[in-house]
Amino acid sequence: MPSIRKPLIPLAPHATNALGLTVRDYEGAMSTLCAGCGHDSITAALVQTFYELDMPPEKIAKLSGIGCSSKTPTYFVSGAHGFNSVHGRMPPIVTGANAANKNNIYIGISGDGDSLSIGTGHFVHAIRKNINMVYIIENNGVYGLTKGQFSPTADVGSTTKRGVPNEVPPIDPVELALSLGASFVARSFSGDKRQLIPILKAAVEHHGFAMIDVISPCIQFNNHQGSTKSYKYIREHEINEIDSVFLRSSSEITAELPADSRVSVTMHDGSILMFRTLPENYDPRDRTAAMNYVHEAKAKGEVPTGLLYIDREIPDIHDLNDTTEEPLINIPFQKLCPGRNALLKFQESFQ
Amino acid sequence: MKPTDISNPDFFHSVVDCQWACPAHTNVPEYIRLIAQGRYDDAYMVNRVSNVFPGILGRTCDRPCEPACRRSRVDGNPVAICRLKRVASDLKGDITERLPKPAQSKNGKRIACVGAGPASLTVANDLLPLGYEVVVFESEAKPGGLMRSNIPSFRLPEEVLDSEIANIVDLGAEMRYSTEVTSLKELVSSGFDAVFIGSGAPRGKDLEIDGRRAGGEDRIHIGINWLQSVAFGHISEIGKRVLVIGVGNTAMDCCRTARRLGGKDVKIMARRPREYFKASPWELEDAEEEGIEIIVNHAPKRFVIEDGRLVGMEFEIVKWNEGATRSEVLDTVVVPCDDVILAIGQENAFTWIERDSGIEFGKWDMPVVDEKTMMSTLPGVFFGGDAAFGPKNIIWAVAHGHEAAISIDNYCQGKQVTERPPTGMNLASQKMGLSEWSYHNDYNPSPRQKMSHVELSKRFADLSLEVELGFSAEQTAREVERCLNCDIEPVFRAPLCIECDACIDICPVQCLTMVEDKDDELDLRRYLTAPADNLDEPLYVSSKLAQTGRIMVKDENICVHCGLCAERCPTAAWNMEKFVLQLSYAGTSNNKGK
Repeated sequence: MPSIRKPLIPLAPHATNALGLTVRDYEGAMSTLCAGCGHDSITAALVQTFYELDMPPEKIAKLSGIGCSSKTPTYFVSGAHGFNSVHGRMPPIVTGANAANKNNIYIGISGDGDSLSIGTGHFVHAIRKNINMVYIIENNGVYGLTKGQFSPTADVGSTTKRGVPNEVPPIDPVELALSLGASFVARSFSGDKRQLIPILKAAVEHHGFAMIDVISPCIQFNNHQGSTKSYKYIREHEINEIDSVFLRSSSEITAELPADSRVSVTMHDGSILMFRTLPENYDPRDRTAAMNYVHEAKAKGEVPTGLLYIDREIPDIHDLNDTTEEPLINIPFQKLCPGRNALLKFQESFQ
Repeated sequence: MKPTDISNPDFFHSVVDCQWACPAHTNVPEYIRLIAQGRYDDAYMVNRVSNVFPGILGRTCDRPCEPACRRSRVDGNPVAICRLKRVASDLKGDITERLPKPAQSKNGKRIACVGAGPASLTVANDLLPLGYEVVVFESEAKPGGLMRSNIPSFRLPEEVLDSEIANIVDLGAEMRYSTEVTSLKELVSSGFDAVFIGSGAPRGKDLEIDGRRAGGEDRIHIGINWLQSVAFGHISEIGKRVLVIGVGNTAMDCCRTARRLGGKDVKIMARRPREYFKASPWELEDAEEEGIEIIVNHAPKRFVIEDGRLVGMEFEIVKWNEGATRSEVLDTVVVPCDDVILAIGQENAFTWIERDSGIEFGKWDMPVVDEKTMMSTLPGVFFGGDAAFGPKNIIWAVAHGHEAAISIDNYCQGKQVTERPPTGMNLASQKMGLSEWSYHNDYNPSPRQKMSHVELSKRFADLSLEVELGFSAEQTAREVERCLNCDIEPVFRAPLCIECDACIDICPVQCLTMVEDKDDELDLRRYLTAPADNLDEPLYVSSKLAQTGRIMVKDENICVHCGLCAERCPTAAWNMEKFVLQLSYAGTSNNKGK
């Protein structure tokens, strides 16, 4: 842990966003993770994302389970709501919070163990219900907090720090999410904020479940020669063919509109997600194509990154249940729970 | 981009802004840390090595270090470097044992120094311990030169002056007071191996306008001569209404001295607007605090003399164009007064140097002096201080003295004067443990501490009552923590970097960037995380990184040396290392630093 808090230096003139906040206003407590942990870079990307999106801190809710990854909500946007749940149980807590107040931006932060071991069941059902949230898996292939055992995302043949190879096949969160019909599936790398930040922005604006598998090397237990989740391995095997930009305001859109953009998707708030480069014959709105692409790349030992699949049409949990326009939290209790007489009357209608 | 060569002492030296700006390259951050630890003797000695007169300079220095200070780019106000120097001097104990020692044996070489000001005394300080015999000729009865005659004692107490000069004289200098040198030729031929001329710029400029020679001469004074007469006790009073002509620090000293000798209504009369004043802002402030009125846009026209007595001075009221290059006269006005003090500049006076002595004189009738060796065109004759390149200030005189001493030593030992001993450097890790450093790395948000002054009502009673009280213990404790430890450098070792971004994410001033290599610096600057407006501070550029071939770039502009980059670095590619500039002085071995 650092010896001091990150000092607040009064730099003038300090850049501010539309809310008059500086990027420092989106920071949280000092990280107590290991020096060089990929999770801290993801935190920094989130800080930058919310700053650039002019997001009011009080509109953000950060939720997590257990693990190194699940400590990170503490390290960004101290002015946001937060909930640190039981191991693997972040998705149901978000579901509940989202049911009560659909106007918040829900950021769920999980890890490969939290989401794909103990919490797989909840993860899967959150995708099915298309909960409107950003779901980040800080994926390092290892149980760092318990000193380096293989996690469910460890590749066959990759080794522990001591050299023992893994023989159990992994769960690939991207393939899992695609096969379950998730509405927004991306993979990125903590060491590449130029890719990660636009994806995060699109995920925040996406209406539905946005899953981002962020490979985030564990500096302590999984950054060695036998690892397939080290900084070096990812840099050597990452394929970065899908390059997307997220354009928010109309001025940004006219300024940056590239003539050769292949596909653009208008998000529900009017902002535009544009793909500048894509692999040959690839359409990020075609689920089968995305699944094939991921399968083929994997067979070649490559790690495809980018915003791999997006579907704007899938209804989220509120659409499916036809909930009120007004978030439930804003509806007076009397109206939400009209009492025994109203219930009896309602039951009578079934007789 | 070419990777930065950090083995060249100039690179890290140039980012220790205060040390780089100081003509004598005083190791400022080091002595400030020593003060913070209460090690005043050590702090004083770190100063003395470079600037010889810490007590004097801690009160009077022109402070080229302070405008350069990085802290002013962070919160608008530099560290009060100068007044901290005074703290070290005021609170030090007995340092006698640590001063240079007189030479055990003489080397048989005799050096003459003309003038006993800071330049000559520095030469003596450097050469006496090496065995040189140094003879100092001084026209006045006491040593110090302009430090004594031109700086009033309410700014620089006589005891401080006397004790720091004594430390040098006691090394065995032969002082010949009240001895004016009248002929260079004679001096050169009287058995000296080398001559150093540190005679200052002793002639104050006169103002030859109407009425100057019409009977009021006894009430029209030349500033530096008048201050000198006050310093030596020849003048002890002045009229009630005093006009001071001039806008430099000497003018401020004249005003404030006049206030103490009976002047009630003292005015600075300036031709040009205030932004063109030469006085340091703090000296101007101090003068105004003492009730000195500053009147701008008044150009002297004539002295008004009635019945052979000065009764006032006539001025043209002028209006300047933008940039104050041209003026037009709007009106004239007579300002009544009892005395006028002229402080409009100083010049050199080398009436005693024969023009056929072999010394070439150039522009402004100034001797031609080599800026590095301080030698004139006559081998064996050296210049320094105001005598060399016109009026500057004490710290420059000291810097000249050190350089001249090296040259004189070379010259007397049969070496080329151009052969300069090398400047060395040392970089030493400051890591004391996990997230633990040898220095206080946290940023302290304290504002610059304000110097307390003696109450206005008490000030004018005693000419020698020092106005500035010095920093209290609490003020010192706060001010030392404002120093950003610019000599403790984040040093980057590219082969160790795994490009995890940790340093970039943690940097509180966003001064780090990893970016694709670019061809030139201006282009590269466009890609920095937070491009600086200040292009004077260099970029620290690494060689190509192993994984992506990008380069690590550190903008040196506002790094606060908090060390978080090094604490967050998992591979110790960043480390905090103390940069020590190893300056050479006369007698330093030429093998050092190689």
